[in-house]
Amino acid sequence: MMRLPSFRYLAPKDAAETAKILTGEGPDAMIVAGGTDLYPNMKRRHQMPKTLVSLRNVNDLRGVEMNGAVTIGSNETLRGLERNAELKTRLPALWTAVQSISTPILRNMGTIGGNVCLDTRCNYYNQNWEWRRGIDFCMKCDGTVCWVAPSSSVCWAVNSSDTVPVLIAMGAKFTLVSTRGERTIEAIEMFGEDGIDYLTKQKDEVLTRIEIPDQGNATSVYRKVRRRGAFDFPVAAVAARVEMDGDEVKDVNLVLNAVGPKPVVCESTQEFLKGKKLTPEVVEEAAKLAARGAKPLDNTDHLSMWRKKVVSVEVKRALGALR
Amino acid sequence: MNPTTEAGGPPPPPTSLAKTHMVLRVNGEDHEVAFRPHKTLLEVLREDMDLTGTKHGCELGECGTCTVLMDGEPKLSCLVLGLESDGVDIETVEGMAGPEGGHPLQHTFAELGAAQCGYCTPGFLLTAKAVLEDDKDPSRETLVEELSGNLCRCTGYLKIYEAIELAAQRMREKGSSDEGGSHV
Ligand SMILES: Cc1cc2nc3c(=O)[nH]c(=O)nc-3n(C[C@H](O)[C@H](O)[C@H](O)COP(=O)(O)OP(=O)(O)OC[C@H]3O[C@@H](n4cnc5c(N)ncnc54)[C@H](O)[C@@H]3O)c2cc1C
Ligand code: SF4
Ligand code: FES
Ligand code: FES
Repeated sequence: MMRLPSFRYLAPKDAAETAKILTGEGPDAMIVAGGTDLYPNMKRRHQMPKTLVSLRNVNDLRGVEMNGAVTIGSNETLRGLERNAELKTRLPALWTAVQSISTPILRNMGTIGGNVCLDTRCNYYNQNWEWRRGIDFCMKCDGTVCWVAPSSSVCWAVNSSDTVPVLIAMGAKFTLVSTRGERTIEAIEMFGEDGIDYLTKQKDEVLTRIEIPDQGNATSVYRKVRRRGAFDFPVAAVAARVEMDGDEVKDVNLVLNAVGPKPVVCESTQEFLKGKKLTPEVVEEAAKLAARGAKPLDNTDHLSMWRKKVVSVEVKRALGALR
Repeated sequence: MNPTTEAGGPPPPPTSLAKTHMVLRVNGEDHEVAFRPHKTLLEVLREDMDLTGTKHGCELGECGTCTVLMDGEPKLSCLVLGLESDGVDIETVEGMAGPEGGHPLQHTFAELGAAQCGYCTPGFLLTAKAVLEDDKDPSRETLVEELSGNLCRCTGYLKIYEAIELAAQRMREKGSSDEGGSHV
């Protein structure tokens, strides 16, 4: 049996009380929402919070508001979003990303907040304690060396969230609340460069709201690569958002994920595409440029060389779908 | 995130021996249960309530054999705490049969050979029951999607889909989707 370690369990009633408890308990406390990422991590002894602060009774962080913008409470389940017909019509790329996460049963449990704050993943990390001891622990947890890149001073564990690249491409903002106050950041600002320090969110901050601005005439698409049609995390992912002016690109956001610790905003590709017609030649060139930003290492399913190649194929398909 | 185990030390075992007392509503009955607070619902059901119909597979959310219904929704009991399970209606495979005998799904699974080793069967039965609650005549496509969180190593899935479709047909003919599935 892979049992959970022991912990103190608290279940506050709202976001403010959650923040207060996090401050009181200090850095050994962690939020648990659906538990679908945290509990496996606790069983494998990656993350060992002394106190679990559960959001199960925190109803002020559930629900979706749709005005011009779409505001999603962090504690909304993935299934709740999947069943939201208006969300499916208004933000089909986000809906596709949500619907591609794991399995229907898991989506009954997992939340979008947990998906945004998902721990980074690596073949040498997502293993039980005995396995990790067997080859000696790695830098991300309990050890000193990176088994993927032994000379590296940073960890290359992969941001494997499906919703994150779409949220970044759509220009979403995250609201973070602590006893020190509230702040709102651009989605991309949430993520750190290193697989160990993968979030810029402070430990006492609660992610409360995800706000996606009015998308106007822009259209978006999400493409996920994985071995099986269910269960699997992405091994490469592309989110693209394009706003056209006639047949020319007025504005474009292109984001890669699951190819490194931080989602990659393809800035030079975006610049290249602006003002151009999405001809097959332009799309081909953009795909080549974008793939340069992807530096996958061999720490997920599939070979890293193949993942790099497939990034450019998927960028082509994504832009092709938006043409 | 931050490692808290000491390298080289053994994985910290659960140290808390004090048990939590709680009332869990399982298969339509309130049960007073005492369990150690770090236990998952799967462990509480199997070890503290002797309800071993819910199977113990990967323990990490990767197989679906531990599926139970919580307020009618399929959930993975290996990733829910016992502590988080109060105030909800929990249904396990032991609760599927009604006063008139087995649930139509249980009959068709047996008739069509949708269970071979049977290890995945409780999870499939409960997920299928929830699907048929929502959709009395699900398409094959819906079934494939909705059951994609339950793995089966034996049947190749075809017989499982056929058994669910036959049960759905019989339930429609009887005119009531919860026939045989209600609790005493
Ligand atoms: C078999 C399996 C397959 C999976 N496949 C995928 C997949 O394909 N794609 C994918 O993206 N994910 C996948 N996941 C990961 C995970 O299930 C989902 O990302 C899910 O959305 C996590 O949400 P949760 O509510 O369960 O998070 P939890 O486990 O509760 O929390 C995850 C992390 O977020 C933090 N957190 C949660 N909510 C907040 C908040 N409001 N404020 C601050 N911090 C918070 C927690 O402290 C924790 O660190 C998979 C998991 C499993 C077990
Ligand atoms: S990338 Fe290196 S340090 Fe990071 S989890 Fe993998 S092996 Fe460990
Ligand atoms: S035992 Fe729960 S999903 Fe495998
Ligand atoms: S019948 Fe053996 S795993 Fe499904």
